[in-house]
Amino acid sequence: MRKLVADSISAVARWVEERAGLGAAITPAMDHPVPRRTASWWYTFGSATLALFVLQIATGICLAFVYVPSADKAYESLLYLNYEAPFGWFLRAVHFWGSNAMVAVMTLHMIQVFLWGAHKYPREMTWVVGVFLFLCTLGMAFTGQLMRWDQDAYWGLGIGASIASRTPGIGQSVVQLILGGPIIAGRTLSRVFTAHVFLIPGILIALTGLHLWLVLRLGVNEWPMPGRLVDRETYKRRYEEEVHRDGVPFFPDAARKDMVACGLVILIVFVCAAIFGPFGPHGVPDPTIIDTAPKPDFYFLALFALFALLPAWTETVLLLFGPPLAILLLLTVPFLAGTGEKSWTRRPVSVLGVILIVLTVTTLAGLGVVVPWSPVMSAWSGVPTPVQYVQGRTPLELQGALVFQNKQCRNCHSLGGEGGRRGPALEGIATRQTRDQLIRQVLQGGGNMPAYGKNLSPAEVNALVAFMQTLRPPNVPPARTATEPVAPKK
Amino acid sequence: MCPDHQPPSPKSPGRRGFLFKLGLALNVLGAALVGIPVVGFILAPMHRVGGKSWIKLGPVADFPAGETRLATFVNPGSAHWDGATAKTACWVRHVGAGQFQVFAVNCAHLGCPVRWFAQSRLFMCPCHGGVYYEDGARASGPPPRGLFEYELQIRDGELYVRGGQLPTLAGPV
Repeated sequence: MRKLVADSISAVARWVEERAGLGAAITPAMDHPVPRRTASWWYTFGSATLALFVLQIATGICLAFVYVPSADKAYESLLYLNYEAPFGWFLRAVHFWGSNAMVAVMTLHMIQVFLWGAHKYPREMTWVVGVFLFLCTLGMAFTGQLMRWDQDAYWGLGIGASIASRTPGIGQSVVQLILGGPIIAGRTLSRVFTAHVFLIPGILIALTGLHLWLVLRLGVNEWPMPGRLVDRETYKRRYEEEVHRDGVPFFPDAARKDMVACGLVILIVFVCAAIFGPFGPHGVPDPTIIDTAPKPDFYFLALFALFALLPAWTETVLLLFGPPLAILLLLTVPFLAGTGEKSWTRRPVSVLGVILIVLTVTTLAGLGVVVPWSPVMSAWSGVPTPVQYVQGRTPLELQGALVFQNKQCRNCHSLGGEGGRRGPALEGIATRQTRDQLIRQVLQGGGNMPAYGKNLSPAEVNALVAFMQTLRPPNVPPARTATEPVAPKK
Repeated sequence: MCPDHQPPSPKSPGRRGFLFKLGLALNVLGAALVGIPVVGFILAPMHRVGGKSWIKLGPVADFPAGETRLATFVNPGSAHWDGATAKTACWVRHVGAGQFQVFAVNCAHLGCPVRWFAQSRLFMCPCHGGVYYEDGARASGPPPRGLFEYELQIRDGELYVRGGQLPTLAGPV
């Protein structure tokens, strides 16, 4: 009986193979030889990215069964997914954590490829296609974040539109093209939905196919050896020789580690999804609820931070030319340095470049989490004045402490470590500024501080400055002007 | 050889060439006929102008002199499926003696919603720390200009503003 079943299955398989010839088409791809040392854990990031992409497609299709891409219903449909649809919350969570993982693993893939010199001759096109895959994935991440259609999505679109509006001459047209109309509303969501579900995935699938084809056609990058230079004349011949002399078939020798890596990242995504659950939607997308501080998902935090920290006069130029220049630089990397050393041990500029970019992006993203440049909107009314700053103060100074809270000074200045960090912390301000300097600063502002001259009465200024003059550590003398004697007469 | 299978009668290269060119031309024509409306459809929102109109904010009495209050309105030309996003908020400042200023809530830097603090008479932006004075002038932070200000008029005791588009540097209100 068992034999009969086995025979029938193999007969069907033979029939399918004879008609379709799929095995014959795939076998050469599976068996193609790769250099032995490339069967390495370092070479698994690409496969892991692909596995995550497949996961995103599968979960994305499931979510599309329920998601309503309409401005008045999208938010509700997400709540339905979170709380009512069976497994809805889990699929949303997997889609969210999968997207995070995809951006992260793809970035690792890109860094690994660059450090191992895989972008050099003859694999320039593979790199160029990879750069477009990277950009498309970021596009998916951004549009996906917008499809959450909550407050962050609404104001995130506002930020996107504001950047686009800086395009010289055609700013307004570009804004309307992105938004699908003059305001952020239903037509905008439809555009975002189309981009996220049809346009960008279509491009991604096509480019992924091309990327894989190029990998098969040009071979997996050999393990870089210091001193073994890439030369256009000899490279292909030497590669063929090496692969035939010391190659292993991709399947199963190299694929084993790829399979483990793919399984592992998907497992990690599932665990994150199960533990942390879906992300959002947060506040309802009602533009009249302005009590909100929009923030992008982590992949755009660095950019978000940059917007706050760039000097104002550089902003428009950098916003408009920075990203195209960065993309152009990425695209031209294999043409600027397409031959020579592959090993990162002999490419100090490349290694330093990667370290510099990673440090810059992570530092900016870290700042994007802390947002030290944003006023803490509730500090003036919600954060207590530490006891040591009110104890033993005169009524005038206490009045000043009240002015300090009531006039929202605390939103930008911290006391005792609490409050905004937009301006300097004021614990020791009396050791740095004299009474006259404090009055001038409060009345006229400057150095990124608004002038309070019109908004404070003389009595309030008097009290506020009296309070600030008490803000110094014990036994540290107050600030004095250089013309004053060191030990003032008693 | 089967008598039915005669070799095809030789056709003139001219006829084949003509058919090929005709096929090419028809396909180019087809692509253009489909392509023009497709591109036009996608790019159409770029050229939509005149979306602005006068919008009623409410009776002047709702905005006491010396105060700055949040007002909301429904955008003209909004679609039925816009839901809450059809609405827009703005800050109405009654300077006094019937003199008004209406500001967009959108920060001039990158469009985040600014909040009004009556005590310090400042607008503060939560995103990148832009601050504006009560008259909308830029006080500090990254904004390149003051708050966007709506054109306004008072008719029959009602306050009207001219709006209907997302205020940005390219299209201030």
